[in-house]
Amino acid sequence: MSFSVNRRRLLAGSASLAFAATIPTWASAATRDPRLIVILLRGGLDGLATVAPVGDPDFERQRGGLALKISGDRPALPLDSLFALNPAMPTFKTLYDAKQALFVQAVCIPYRDRSHFDGQDVLESGQPAPGRVNDGWLNRFLASLPGRGDRASGEGLSIAPTTPLIMRGAAPVLGWWPQNIGPASDDLVNRLMDLYGQRDAALQKALAESLRVEALARMGGRNGDRQVKGAAALPPAMRQMVQGAWRLMRQPEGPRIAAMYFDGWDTHANEGPSGGRLAQLLGGLDGALDELRAGLGDIWDSTVVVMITEFGRTVRINGTAGADHGVGTVALLAGGAVKGGRGIYDWPGLADSKLYQNRDLAPTTDLRAVLKGILAEHFEAPAGLLGTTIFPDSAAVKPIAGLVA
Amino acid sequence: MPPKDEKSGFVALTRFGLGPRGDGGLADASSDPRGFLLAELEQPGAALVAEFDLPDSGSVYQAQIEQKKVNDIAKQAQQQQMAAQIANAAATAPMAPQNTMAPTAPPNMMAPAAPQNAMEAVRAARNASLRPGPTFDFLGADVEARVKRACNARAGLVERLVAFWSNHFAIATAKGGYFYHMVGAFERETIRPHVFGKFADMLVAVESHPAMIFYLDNQQSIGRNSWMGVRQRRGLNENLGREILELHTLGVNGGYRQDDVIALSNMLTGWRYADRNGLQSPLGSFMFDVGVHEPAPQLLLGVEYPQGGENQAKDALLALARRPETARHIAFKLARHFIADQPPPALVDRLSQTFIKTKGDLRAMTIALIDSPEAFAAPATKMRTPWEFSIGSARLFARAPIDIRQVTSSLNLLGQPLWNPPGPNGFPDEAAAWISSQGLKLRLDLAAQWTKRLKDPPDPRELLDVAFGAAASPETRLTVSRAETRAQGLALLLMSPEAQRR
Repeated sequence: MSFSVNRRRLLAGSASLAFAATIPTWASAATRDPRLIVILLRGGLDGLATVAPVGDPDFERQRGGLALKISGDRPALPLDSLFALNPAMPTFKTLYDAKQALFVQAVCIPYRDRSHFDGQDVLESGQPAPGRVNDGWLNRFLASLPGRGDRASGEGLSIAPTTPLIMRGAAPVLGWWPQNIGPASDDLVNRLMDLYGQRDAALQKALAESLRVEALARMGGRNGDRQVKGAAALPPAMRQMVQGAWRLMRQPEGPRIAAMYFDGWDTHANEGPSGGRLAQLLGGLDGALDELRAGLGDIWDSTVVVMITEFGRTVRINGTAGADHGVGTVALLAGGAVKGGRGIYDWPGLADSKLYQNRDLAPTTDLRAVLKGILAEHFEAPAGLLGTTIFPDSAAVKPIAGLVA
Repeated sequence: MPPKDEKSGFVALTRFGLGPRGDGGLADASSDPRGFLLAELEQPGAALVAEFDLPDSGSVYQAQIEQKKVNDIAKQAQQQQMAAQIANAAATAPMAPQNTMAPTAPPNMMAPAAPQNAMEAVRAARNASLRPGPTFDFLGADVEARVKRACNARAGLVERLVAFWSNHFAIATAKGGYFYHMVGAFERETIRPHVFGKFADMLVAVESHPAMIFYLDNQQSIGRNSWMGVRQRRGLNENLGREILELHTLGVNGGYRQDDVIALSNMLTGWRYADRNGLQSPLGSFMFDVGVHEPAPQLLLGVEYPQGGENQAKDALLALARRPETARHIAFKLARHFIADQPPPALVDRLSQTFIKTKGDLRAMTIALIDSPEAFAAPATKMRTPWEFSIGSARLFARAPIDIRQVTSSLNLLGQPLWNPPGPNGFPDEAAAWISSQGLKLRLDLAAQWTKRLKDPPDPRELLDVAFGAAASPETRLTVSRAETRAQGLALLLMSPEAQRR
């Protein structure tokens, strides 16, 4: 409806017409013009406090004081017969009801130890295990897109003070971060570019990229400046980050794939899933979704936002009203292109005997199956590529079908 | 005197120090680069900041408690509308916000008794500013000491090591509470005294410090079978135990398992700080609380630690400090920080052997690093961190007084706020993390702004000669000399590859 045919043609542009003939397998991806935003929730999101299995007979007993309830002061928002959403996420609930959001429960990356930093490495590198790698799966995917070199499709966007691992690699990446100081003059910039060109190629490349992204951001500001409802509820940094994303992604020649991260999910003590710290964080995430939906406008219809974390937290509450690192957790998808309004899960249950190592939610879905499902349907990426280059050694992990409308 | 080697002198100053100063230093460094660095180690108390006379962490904690009492009393008075002074103050200051949540401390309100230096700080805060809420800016005083020390150091090796170890044992102001103001004291009390001492001593000092106990939640960790655990049905928090193994000692591939995390966490139960008066230790200082200690032997890495109260965890820490995995972890991190993202394995092996042979002697480790063949020969592939860039820029202009706010706002913008890393793993230490396009452009914008604001800018060509000497490439020399203004030339100098890489 709102994603008009005219706009599609405009976005496809002359460049994609030129290479459509040379890369037949990915041709439709160039005309559909899909968008993907990956939001990393660093620190280990408590999936059981985000999408709570209120219908599981063992839930309240196991979780004690951290168990969300569908009655009382801050009732959780029912999603289906088994699960209810943390009440700090009304936007997600609205999207879910509009069939534009879904959740995947009992999900985990292929990593079973409980180090944040190794877990984040696996989550972002796409490798089957931690190790020394310098590139991330999203960047490798960008580098594999047909028509690489065409700005419209082959370039990533990193909304972060430093590029996160998921976006590092061979494909070009725009980096953007809110800045509140006046820029250097063009003349100074050009002189320094000359010097870097002669002495330091890496610095030259980084500086060149920053100039292009600043130009794009300026354009976005002029064309897209407007008030966005709900933005006031966000911490200023989160709001600025998300604004940067939609402004750049709204540009016809802007990036189509973005990554950003929010810190702070490591809720060892006083987790506060209802009215406390976690509720505040989830409220911020929910506000970011609202801002994205409003800011992206028509483009929302061709967008998938996926929210993922390195692992979850223990099923049982720890000694300090929080939860320690645990394996299984939840992944959230939202966007106009999501075939939403449902949960995807093979629910293992919360009885003692069903827990992983008698402490964690047992993971029954490999997170890579979700991510591969998005890439396969949203971008029509071939399965062979996804099982090797993007997520190495994952051919046995089948993409989940039907995530994207 | 041997011939001056300005290239090696420049390496000494940038790879191991905080960069050349605009008023000299390169000449000294160039006549004997190695001796120049070692001389800084030999100064007595080189790593301490005694000259700044800063309060210890207990005082910082106590002063804030006292301030809170003052605020609470004031708030009460305000609520009952019985404080005439407040009413008068409000009448004479019509712009003051009404109905604010935070109370105004009345000028002559007497606070309850507290230790002398802490009370002085609170009094100073009240006299300096009667704004509601804030305590004396202890953090600001520590920031000032850290920045001044770094700007004025001859080479800056000591301060580089302090920053390295503070990042290894990272805590963050973002955790908040009374400990926001204690991060500087934490560094002064745990890192600085041991930078040239034993790793084991630093480790024990760190893990028993109230700020670390608070940051990694050990204050709330309770042994399930302890006196308190049985009564309150509260229990263990694994946060500190896990990070000790993963980040502080063995490293993530150090061969420990979940059982080891739990064992160490159990041993650490009872390592707390006094959070109220009347306990065995003064308010805000370490105490062993036997009532929450898990009273059982623990098996860590195959070694049994008999039930033994406070010393059980200490013995475990001392054993962890002797493990070869720890030696390797520390050796790798030092080599990665100073030499290259992927340091030569031979270098890591040598440093690791030094650690084992000297039982974790950090002076010996520092000397081994400087004496390694890579020290002056490895190419400058690392990117200066925002801290090194911000301090290095201030050193180039050799300004007095140093603009503290300029340094701190630069650190915040560039993503390395002082003492506030995103997590217990500290700030990243790989070149890629600091070479991002947005980061580099921000450095340029800052450099342009700083150099534009210089009241009496030096000649960039002279500064280049003094600070870089023969280490400057012909291209940089030409670019700087062709600049259209002094400010522009200085900005180019600050942004040159020589000033960005190390």
